[in-house]
Amino acid sequence: MSANAPAARRTYRLFRSSPSMLVGLVLVALNAVVALTAPLLAPFSPIQTDALAAIEGPSGAHLLGTDQLGRDVLSRVLYGGRYALLISLTATVLAVGIGTVLGCLAAYRRGWFDEALSRVLDAVLSVPAILALLVVVTVLGAGAPVIVLAATVVYCPAVIRVVRAAAFGIVGLDYVTAARARGEGFRPTMVREIWPNILDVVMVEFAMRASWIVLLVSSLSFLGFGADPPTPDWGLMVSENRTMMTVVPSATLGPIVALASLIVGLNLAADGIAKARGIDRIGGGLR
Amino acid sequence: MLLRTVLRRTGYALLTMLLASLLVFTALQALPGDLATQLLGRDATPSAVAQLRATLHLDRPAWRRYLDWLGAALHGDFGRSLVSHQAVLHEAGRYLRNTALLAAIVVVAGITLSLALGVIAGVLRDRWPDFTISGLSLIGMSVPEFTVSTLLVLVFAVRLGWFPAVVTDGPDASVGELMRVIWLPAAALTIVMAAYVIRMMRTSVIDVMGSEYVTAARIRGLSGTRVLFRHALPNALLPTLNVIAINIAWLVGGVVVVESIFNYPGIGTLMLRAVHDRDLPVLQFIAVLGAATFVVCNLLADLAATWLNPRLRTPGRAA
Amino acid sequence: MTVTVPVSTAELVADVSDLSVAYRSGRRDVPVLRDVSLKIYAGAALAVVGESGCGKSTLAGALVGHLRAGSRVTAGSVRIGGADILTASRPRLLALRRGRVGFVPQNAGHSLTPSMRVGAHVVEVLRTARGMSPATARAEAVELFRQVRLPEPEILVDRYPHQLSGGQQQRVAIAVALAGQPRLLVLDEPTTGLDVVTKAGVLALFDRLRAELGIALVLVSHDLGAVSAVCERIAVMYAGRVVESGDTATTFRQPSHPYTRGLLSSLPRLREPGLPVGLAGTVPSEPEPAGCAFAPRCSFAQESCGRGEAPRLVSVPGRDGASACLRTPEVLAAPAWESAVRARQPRAAQEPLLEVRGLTVDYRRRPDPGSGPTVSDVDLVVRRGEVVALVGESGSGKSTIAWTIAGLRRPTSGEITLLDGTAPADLTREAARRDPTVRRQVQLIFQNAGTALNPRRTAGDAISRPLRLRGLRREAARTARDEALRDVGLEPGHADRLPAQLSGGQQQRVGIARAIAAGPTLVLADEVVSALDVSVQASVLGLLDDLREEHHLGYLFISHDLAVVRGIADRVVVLYLGRVCEEGPVDLVLRPHDAAHPYTRLLVASVLATEPGVGAPAPAADGEPESAPPAAGCAFQRRCPHRLDQVCDRETPPWQDLADGHRIRCHVPVVELRAGPA
Repeated sequence: MSANAPAARRTYRLFRSSPSMLVGLVLVALNAVVALTAPLLAPFSPIQTDALAAIEGPSGAHLLGTDQLGRDVLSRVLYGGRYALLISLTATVLAVGIGTVLGCLAAYRRGWFDEALSRVLDAVLSVPAILALLVVVTVLGAGAPVIVLAATVVYCPAVIRVVRAAAFGIVGLDYVTAARARGEGFRPTMVREIWPNILDVVMVEFAMRASWIVLLVSSLSFLGFGADPPTPDWGLMVSENRTMMTVVPSATLGPIVALASLIVGLNLAADGIAKARGIDRIGGGLR
Repeated sequence: MLLRTVLRRTGYALLTMLLASLLVFTALQALPGDLATQLLGRDATPSAVAQLRATLHLDRPAWRRYLDWLGAALHGDFGRSLVSHQAVLHEAGRYLRNTALLAAIVVVAGITLSLALGVIAGVLRDRWPDFTISGLSLIGMSVPEFTVSTLLVLVFAVRLGWFPAVVTDGPDASVGELMRVIWLPAAALTIVMAAYVIRMMRTSVIDVMGSEYVTAARIRGLSGTRVLFRHALPNALLPTLNVIAINIAWLVGGVVVVESIFNYPGIGTLMLRAVHDRDLPVLQFIAVLGAATFVVCNLLADLAATWLNPRLRTPGRAA
Repeated sequence: MTVTVPVSTAELVADVSDLSVAYRSGRRDVPVLRDVSLKIYAGAALAVVGESGCGKSTLAGALVGHLRAGSRVTAGSVRIGGADILTASRPRLLALRRGRVGFVPQNAGHSLTPSMRVGAHVVEVLRTARGMSPATARAEAVELFRQVRLPEPEILVDRYPHQLSGGQQQRVAIAVALAGQPRLLVLDEPTTGLDVVTKAGVLALFDRLRAELGIALVLVSHDLGAVSAVCERIAVMYAGRVVESGDTATTFRQPSHPYTRGLLSSLPRLREPGLPVGLAGTVPSEPEPAGCAFAPRCSFAQESCGRGEAPRLVSVPGRDGASACLRTPEVLAAPAWESAVRARQPRAAQEPLLEVRGLTVDYRRRPDPGSGPTVSDVDLVVRRGEVVALVGESGSGKSTIAWTIAGLRRPTSGEITLLDGTAPADLTREAARRDPTVRRQVQLIFQNAGTALNPRRTAGDAISRPLRLRGLRREAARTARDEALRDVGLEPGHADRLPAQLSGGQQQRVGIARAIAAGPTLVLADEVVSALDVSVQASVLGLLDDLREEHHLGYLFISHDLAVVRGIADRVVVLYLGRVCEEGPVDLVLRPHDAAHPYTRLLVASVLATEPGVGAPAPAADGEPESAPPAAGCAFQRRCPHRLDQVCDRETPPWQDLADGHRIRCHVPVVELRAGPA
C-alpha cells in the first residue's frame, strides 16, 4: 500500500468525521467565490447612486432594498467582502508565513534568541490590536498597505507563540535528535522534520488568524478608518446604514449576515481541523 | 523560592511594560516622515506646523523625547492634550472611571456566567445543552462587537424600548445616572467575551474529565458530584486563569467600538476622539494604558496560578 | 472450564463467566475479550499475564465494572458480592467499588489528583466508604501509609503527588485502594516503570499485604517473572482469550500451551548464558478467521488448528491446570522452553574501536557543594565485534554517556576517541562539527521507535536519508535501502509504510536499519529493546547479534535489564549515579550469588527475585532511588551495607583488579565483600 493512498483516504475520512468543518469550508469557499465573481452576480453597480430610489425596503428590483444614496444593497453586499478579504488574506499569509519560520527558529535555537524574542513578543502582544491599529492609522493614514502591514505586525506574535509551542513539542522528539546526530542544520530539519508535523497546527492558526483579522478590518471600516466611501464594505455599510435601521433593517442586516457567514465559516473550519487532529486549543486568547 | 518566582515574574512584567511603551512611542513618534506635517495634514499653515513642532519638542532626537516622556509618566504627567490643553491624566480620569464601571460589570457578571456555562457544556458534552451553548458561543465570537451592539440596539432599544439607544450623559455623569444606561453596552461586551471563556472552559473541563485521575476517582466509588467538584473543577480552572486575564485586558480595546456606538463616555470614546483630532499625548497614554492593563492582568493570573497550583507552589520531590 | 483455587472452604470473591467485551470501530465490533472465565477465592493471588493487546487491562477494568469508552459487554458477566458489577445499578456499583473491590491503576502517579494532598485521597475514601470522622480518618490514613511501608507517614500525608517518587506514588495508590477494606484488590501493571530494586520491594509488599490482610489479589502484568514471585495461580492470555491457567510453579516448570512456552523461551535469564529464541510473527490485529488465534505462529500447529472454533480451555489431566490447545500432549512432552546459546567467537585481541578516558559531564548551572557532576571520571573501551553493556538504573547517567559519544551533548572534560581507519577522531566535538565520515561511523539507536521515526515520513524515507547523505544517487540509494530492509528482517514492501502502520517491533527494526544503512563501525544502542514486548524483544536481540557478526560492529549496549545484558554482552560496565562501580566480562560480573561490588549484588538479587521459577527472596536494601550524586567519595555510599564512615564519604574508591579484566571500585577488599554484609 503506497503512502499516497493513505493521504487521500485520510483527507476523505477527515471530511466525513467533521460535518461542521465541511460546512465551515463551504462557507469560506462561497464567500471567496462571491467576492471573485461579484461583477457577474450583482444586478446593479455597487456605487451607482439613484437619489429617487433612496431608502426603500426590499422589492422586486432591489432584493435587499436601497440605502440613503439609492444604491442597491444586495449588490453592495455581494461586493462587500472584497476589501476585507483581500487585506485579511494578505495579512494572514504574511503573519503566518513569517510567524511559522520565526516560531520554528525559536524552538530550535532556544537560548538567548528565544528569550529576547519572547520579551519582544510579549510587548507587542500586550497592546490591544485595535488600539495599535488606530495608533498607526493616525500617523500613517488609513491606506491598505499600512493596514496590511500593521495587522501583520500585530498578529505575528500570536502565531509565533503557537508555532513555537508546537515546534517545542517536536524538537524534543528522538527523530529530530537523530537528524541532529546526522549533522543536519536548521533548514533541512525545519523543512523535513518539523513542518510536516506542525502542518495541522499551522492550518488551524491560519483559519483563526484570518477570522480575527477580518473582524479587525471590518471594525476599522466601521469606525471609518478602513475602506473609504464609496467602496462597498460590510463594516462600512453597517456604519452607514445604521441610522436608517428602523426603516430599512435589511440594509444593516444584509452585511451583518454576510460578515457572520465568513467568520463563522472560518471558525468552524478551524474548529473542525483542530478536533480532527486532536489539537488542544485552550491557549487561544482574544483578539 | 516562591518569593523569587514572584519577584522574577514582576520584573519581567515591568520590562514588558517598558518595551511596550517604547513600541507605542516608536509607532507614534519615530516613524519616518515629518510628524508635525502628518498630524496636521498637507494643507496646514507653516506657522501651525512650527508651533506643533515646538509643543512636541520635535527638535530633540526621538530617544531623548522617549526618556523625557517616560520620566514624566512615572510621575503621573502624561503631557497635555493638544486639543483641550488640559493634563492628559486629569482629562482622561473621568472617562477612565466610566469605563472601569462598565468593565467591572462585564467582568463580574460575564465571567461568572461564562465559567458556569462552560462547565455545563463540558460536563453535558455532546448533548443538547452543550450544542446550544457551544453553538451560541460560536456565533458570539464570530460577530464583531459592532454587529452585536447594532443588533442589541435594534432589538432592545428600537423594538422593545427597554433601554436608550444612545447615551446622552457626558463624562461627568454620576455613577447612578450611568447605571441606568450601562446595560446595553455591558451586554454587548459580555456576549463577545463570554464566547471565548465558555469555549475555553468547556475544553478544559472535557480535558480534565477524561484524565486518568478523574477516572481513578470514579473507580474508587466516589459520587459524580464529588468527583466533579473536588477532583475535576479545581484542575480545570487552572489553565483558564490566563485566558480570563487576556479577556479582561481585551476590554480596553473592545470598548472602543462599543462605546462609540452607544456614545458611552468612556476611554474608548476618548480614544476615537483623539484619533480624529490627532491628539498625540492622549493617544499615547491610552495605548500604553492598554498595554499596562494587559501586562498587569497576565501577571496577576500567573501569580494566581502559581499560588493555586500545588506543583508550582511547592518544590518538587527531594533528591 | 474455569481457573479455580482448590481450597474448598474459601469464599468466592469474584466470578467471571464467559465474559466477552468488544469495542466499536467504524461499523464493526472488534472483540477485546472472548469467553473469559475465572473464579477468584478469598486470599488467593492470581497473575493475569500476556503481551500488549491481549486484553488483560480490559479484564482488570471489568473486575471493577469499568470499561473504556466505546466498549461494551457482548456476553457473560462478572459477579461480585452477589451482583453482576457490569450491569449493576448505580448505587450498587458505588457500594461494590467502595467496599468490595479495590483497583490500583497502571500509572499510579497519573491516577492521583494533582491538586489534592495524598493523605486527602485516602481520607476521602475512608469518610465516604466507612463513614469516619475527619480526625479518625486522618489517623487511619497514617496507619494505612505505615502498612504500605511509606517512610514518615505523618509527614507524607500532607504532601502532594508530584512531591513523591514513582515508587512512593505506587504505594499511595495501594493505600487508597485498601482504604475501603476490599475483599479483592486488582492491580494493573503494578511494576511497570519502576526500577528493578524498587520493583522487588513493591512485590514483597504485595506478599506481606496478602498475608496480613487476607485479601484476594489479581495482578495483571506483562512481566512474567515479577508476578510469579507473588501469585500462586496464573492465567496466560492471548488475543483476548485465556490460553493456559493453573498453578504458577507447575506452569513455569512445564507449560502446556505453545504460547506460554514461547513466552518462556523469549525471557532473558540471568542465570543462563545465551540469547532467548523468541517467538516469530506478531499478534493478529484482525479477529482470526477460524481456529486458534495462535496457530499462525505455533510450531506445534497442525491443520486442524486452523479450522473450526477456537479451542476451549480444558483441564489438563494429571495436573492442576487447564490449556486451550489441541496439541497439549505434544507440548507437555517437549522441553519447557528453548534457549539458544549463540556461540561467541573467541574474541582474540581485537583492535579497540572506541576509547573513553575520564569522561565527566556536569549539567549543574551553579556549583553546588552538596552534589557532584552527573557523570564523573568514566573510562570505557569498546573493541570491534564486541558488545560492551552499560548497565544501571534510571539516573545512572548511561544515556548521557551514550548521547555524549554520539555528539549530542558536550562533555565537561575527558577524552573520547574513535580509532578506526586512518586517524583517530576526536568525539568530544558536537555532531555538527564532526567530519561527515566520522559522523557516519557512530550511530545511535533510540529506545522508543515510535518517537524515533518521523510520523509523516515513510519507513523507506527514514532509511534513505542517511544513504543520501552519504552521497548515493537515487537508484543506488533505493537498492541499498531495500537491502537494509531485508537485513533487518523486513520486506522492501515495508518501505512505503508510515510508522503508524508498523508494529512496535517493526518500527524498531526500521530504526536499526536506519542506523546500519549509514555504514557505521560503532553502534550505540540506547535501551533499544526495553519498550518492546518480551516475545518481540528476543527476535530483535537476535537481529542485533546477527548484524554485529555480519558487519563486524562494536556495540555500546545500554540497558537496565541485567538478564538481557547477560544474553547479548561480552563485557559489562556497572554504573551508579554516573560513576563506574564495576566492569569486566559479563559472566564474571553478573554472577547470580557471588557478585563483587555491593551495588551489583543488590541489582542481581533484585533481578533474581523476579525471575520466574527462581523464588529468590527480595534484597534487604531499601528501595528508594536517589537522584543526586554525592559531592565526594563513593557514589553508593548512602545505601551500601559495607560503608566505612570517614572513608567512603570522602575519598574516591580505588580500583581493585580481579581476574581477567574484571575490576571493581571499592574501599573494602573484595574478599570481605563476598563474605557478606557488615
